[in-house]
Formats: sequence, structure tokens, C-alpha cells
Amino acid sequence: MPPGEEQKRAKKKPSEDEEIDETPPKKEAKNTEDIDKLIDEIDEVLEENAEEFVRSYVQKGGE
Amino acid sequence: MAIPKVMGIETEYGIITKGGEEYNPILASSVLINSYASPRLKRVRWDYEEETPLRDARGFEKSALEQSEDDGGLVSVILENGARYYVDHAHPEYSTPECTNARDLVIHDKAGELVLNDSLKSSVEVLPPPQRIVVYKNNSDGKGNSYGCHENYLMSRDTPFPSIVRDLTGFLVSRQVFTGAGKVGVEIGSAEGVNYQISQRADFFEVEVGLETTFKRPIINTRDEPHADAEKYRRLHVIIGDANMSEISTFLKVGTTALVLAMIEDSFLTEDLTLAEPIAALRVTSRDPTCKAGIALSDGRTITAVDLQWEYLRWAQKYLSMQEVDPVTQEVMNRWEQTLAALETDPMILDRQLDWVAKLSMLEAYRDRHGLGWDDPRLALVDLQYHDVREHKGLYYKLVEQGRFEQLVSSEEIRSAVSEPPEDTRAWFRGNVLKRFSSDITTASWDGIVFDVGAESLQKVPMLEPLLGTREITEELLSSVANAGELLEALNNRQ
Repeated sequence: MPPGEEQKRAKKKPSEDEEIDETPPKKEAKNTEDIDKLIDEIDEVLEENAEEFVRSYVQKGGE
Repeated sequence: MAIPKVMGIETEYGIITKGGEEYNPILASSVLINSYASPRLKRVRWDYEEETPLRDARGFEKSALEQSEDDGGLVSVILENGARYYVDHAHPEYSTPECTNARDLVIHDKAGELVLNDSLKSSVEVLPPPQRIVVYKNNSDGKGNSYGCHENYLMSRDTPFPSIVRDLTGFLVSRQVFTGAGKVGVEIGSAEGVNYQISQRADFFEVEVGLETTFKRPIINTRDEPHADAEKYRRLHVIIGDANMSEISTFLKVGTTALVLAMIEDSFLTEDLTLAEPIAALRVTSRDPTCKAGIALSDGRTITAVDLQWEYLRWAQKYLSMQEVDPVTQEVMNRWEQTLAALETDPMILDRQLDWVAKLSMLEAYRDRHGLGWDDPRLALVDLQYHDVREHKGLYYKLVEQGRFEQLVSSEEIRSAVSEPPEDTRAWFRGNVLKRFSSDITTASWDGIVFDVGAESLQKVPMLEPLLGTREITEELLSSVANAGELLEALNNRQ
């Protein structure tokens, strides 16, 4: 392998800008509203009595 | 040239009973699988004779006396999609059929979740209300007990095992930055200030190489049980991965690992990328959600897990530049590169792609809203329920439903894979023979099917080649026969 070529490829991390620019929240307000919706949903479906539920979840090791 | 990387995933699901008498987990798993299988399948027993889980890739075999578990007699069925669904230890386990590429394997891994969910629905009919079974696709109970999600890759027998150990260890340790399913807390040892880890499994690995899977877990597992022609193949049994809900995590996990294994098989990796202390590096990486922690290489350099992944990615780019690249592999490469770039910038931007990031993001939002400390049991419950396979309870599914998680394959493809095997491996023959002739089959296993067609003796159809028995090769034959007897006759004439 010519080391020069490896370096060239190595430096190529092109998607960094394109990818990332698209993902961040567009509108802060909308985002907060979204998260509120998510949390309401979690509260709605979360098993009752978290402490007892988590305590009773005991598994035998597997594999 | 590396052999095709035929691969599969086996997942042990966590299981509990609620609302009444608590079943022991073996019984609960049996009830679950039976309630799925009874109305849907004529039962074909699994053939345990072909199982040798104690054979070691390094060339020796443990004595049968040392076998800690005897699975004989436990529920084990073969599904029409070529998968195996069974009780393993104290868990229901789903082994996907053999696939030839990462995308198909994602589909079949997700189909496993549907099978488990369908089983839960069927089990309601046999359990006295309000008793119910709940299962989780995760790897730990948060109390120091772990169960596995194992990947299997077909390798050439010619590949020296030491080169797998040398070139794969650092890759497996560092890949958790995208394969991790995320976990609240630490289960082994004390770790001041660690509230959340990238990986469910990292806590449980203690040695670098070994045969065990239930204790002293090794980063590289040496189980040598090819379920194929043992002269030509080995099946690399990778036990270090987390069970993923994210399609993208699974896609990257198996896609990148298959590529690295192909490079190892071709002796293409000529750079020393070994870690000075793999176990320490595994834990350090898992316990740093910023992905900035340094891990020491044997050559004295200290780099991050993401940097080490970049090294492997560069080698893969070079490797593929010399050959024709199929579209799935190209997508693996693209996503691998995008993921590493994002992890380097800020891992949290991957909250629509990776399990551990999505879970962390959800936990942070939930903590904020309710003002919870990290030790609040509601956070442990959010962690657990992320993996609940019921669509109305599972928090991963809630993210998908709200359009907050990227998907890679369609729900139609996943539903179809519950009954349809992949077309390009022996799973196609296994699944289709089962659909048509199950009443003439006594047992089946990965590498063979035993028929009883009323002749003097049972007849076994060996399937030692994972890439034979495809739709292309066997469809015509199957459609030309009217019954199992004719099938056997046709197969005998072929030889």
C-alpha cells in the first residue's frame, strides 16, 4: 500500500458537514414540544410502581 | 479471496411473568414458545446430535462431564423462515436463518422481535388472567446477570485462529461506539461517577480469548462448531455484541464485522492495531459517552475508540477499492463513515440512529422533566422498557412511531420474514421443505434434515454447504415433486 494514498483516504471524512447540518433541531420551540410529547408518552406507558418492577426483574445468566 | 460471509444472529431475550404466580424462567420460556408453535406449526424436533458447543477452535474438546447444561428435552422448534426458536438456559432464544448480507440479517433479526411479540399475544390465551409474560430484547437485568446476543460468521478453516485474535480484538472493543445498546449504571466493580454506559455487555467480559460464554466471558470466543463442512469452514461465534433495537446499529454491527473478517481472511490487514489492554479498553470506552477516552495500543500510541474504527475503515476502503462492491456493502461503508464522523463531532446527534444515544437522550429528557437523580428507579425502568418487544409498551417502538428513529428496512419486509426464509442460503430449502413436508420430517438442524417416509430407516439430507439449498438451486426440484418420498428419490438421483 503506498502510504501517501492511505493518508489521502484517511483525511477524507467528507460526510461530516453535510450529514450534520441536516440533523440539528430546526426550531427550538417545535423541538421542546416534541420532547414534551415523548415524555408524556413515556409516562403513559411506563409500568406502574417502577421500584418494585425493577427490583423484581432478575434474570438467570444465559448463553 | 475471502469466502462469502454467511451470517446469523442468536438472541436470548430476558423474560418474566407478571400478575400472579411467578413461573420459573424455563417454564415461562417453554409456555411462550409452545403457544407460538402449537397453532402455527407441526412440530419438528431439533436434532441435538449435531451440536458440539464444547469443541474449541484451538483444537481440543472439553469432556462431556464438564458440560454444565443439558438442553436435551427442552422446547426447540424450527420455523418456516428457517429460524430456530427454543429455550436456551433460562431464556427464549431466537436464531435467525443464515443470511448473506447485513440488510437481510437486519430484516430477520427484527422478524425475531415480531415472533416474540406474536408469542406473547398467543400466550395470553393459555395463561390464567391476569397472568402474563413479558420479554425484553436486552442483555442484562441490571443486577449483574447477563444473557447474550451472539453473531455468527462463516470463515474459511484455513484462516489461522491467532490472526483472528490479533486483528479482530481491537475492532470488537472499539465497535461498541455504534453497536452499544446503552445501560444505566455499572454492574461489575465500582465506577465513581459513571451513570450511563454505551454497552450493556462490557461489564461482563473478563478475558481476551476463551471457550466460555456464561462466566469468564472472552472478547474472542473459541467455540468451534461450524454447523457446516468442518474441513472447509469454521463459524466464528462473536459473543461480545449487545442486542440492538436499532436497525442501523445491527446493520453496522454485522456489516462492518463481516468486512473486517474478510480482510483477515485475505491477510490484508498488515498494520498492528492491537490493544495493550483489551479488557481495560473495553470498559473505559463503554463508560465514556463522550467517546473521547483514550485507549492504549500495543505500539505505545493512545487513541480513541472512534480513531481505532477510522483505522479499520481506511483499511476497508483500500480493500474494497480493489474489487467490485455490491450495494449493501457500499451502504455499510457510507454509514460507517458518516457514523464515525458524527461520533467525533458530537455523539448526541446520532439520537435517531444508534440505540445507546437514543436511550441516553430519552433518559436525559425524562430526568430534566421530572427532576430525577440517576439512581431513581424510573430511569432503570425506562432503560428496561426501551427493549420491551410489545409495540404498545416498548419505548424504542414509541420513538419509531413518533418519527424519532430512522429505519433501514420496511415493516412489510420484516413481517414477511416471519414466514419467508432468505432466498440465497440453505435456509430457503430448510424453510420450504418444512412448509411442504413437515409431517415426514422427524428432526432437523442447521446442517441437515431427517425424513421418515415409511422406509426401513430414516433418511438424512445433509446440508453442509450454507450456500447450497438456495431458491435458485432447489426451487425447480421442489416444485417437481409431489411428496417427501419423491424429493428424497430425486435428491439421491442427483448425487
